[in-house]
Amino acid sequence: MARAATTADAFNAVAEPRRRQILDALSGGERPVNDLVRLLGLAQPQVSKHLRVLREVGAVDVRNEGRQRLYRLNGHALKPIHDWVKNYERSWSERFEQLDVVLDELKQKEEGDGSDE
Amino acid sequence: MAVTSSGTATVTLPTDEQILITREFDAPRHLVYEAWTTPELVKRWWNAKRGEVTVAEIDLRVGGAWRYVMVADGGFEVGFHGEYREIVPNERIVATEVYEGMPDGEALNTVTFAEADGRTTLTILVQHTSKEHRDGHIESGMEAGMQDAMDLLEEVAISLR
Repeated sequence: MARAATTADAFNAVAEPRRRQILDALSGGERPVNDLVRLLGLAQPQVSKHLRVLREVGAVDVRNEGRQRLYRLNGHALKPIHDWVKNYERSWSERFEQLDVVLDELKQKEEGDGSDE
Repeated sequence: MAVTSSGTATVTLPTDEQILITREFDAPRHLVYEAWTTPELVKRWWNAKRGEVTVAEIDLRVGGAWRYVMVADGGFEVGFHGEYREIVPNERIVATEVYEGMPDGEALNTVTFAEADGRTTLTILVQHTSKEHRDGHIESGMEAGMQDAMDLLEEVAISLR
């Protein structure tokens, strides 16, 4: 399951902590670049660089309003990451379903050893 | 079957290096702890319906080693091992974990058993040393997931016979 080692991949796009900070900031709604610059405490060129990576993988969309460039989150691009975690989650769920069966037996055994209800 | 499922596991990624797995069980914690630390019982659930656990060694003391090996239904073997770092019976186990397919990535797992009203909330915090190792760990689960899909196909095929 090797992934391409490029920034043009949702996984790599969110691997960078600053980019995740941007996504977090945008999860509350659309924001102009200046807002993000202020929130992150980075220089504008750096923020723009991160935004470009996020835009390339479709994680954010941009539109112009007057002189401002407004960025917003696009959840669809982040779905592969969601799916990836879901798969791991399913494997643990199946483990735990089997553990339920074991626990049921242990409970019955314990009740059998003590007084019957 | 009299088994009631207590819901699915919840997996979150709190930081770049962590995985957090949470699940509630309809049993007191001393039983969850027993099922977690008894080799014969581990063999019954740890396979995640994807194969057979052939090795479940548990030397449950600080500094003691553990090792689990599963032969997946596709024939390939996956092994994990580690060392116990902290043991509080029925409450907490801290142990290292190495996926033998990726021996460089040693994780530190903290398993917590919390009981309320006869039910137990189990949490497993997997702390990796890097994001790469963390991601590799999750992908090892992804391979198993594909295996699972193949198992299902096989079941369907058998039912058609």
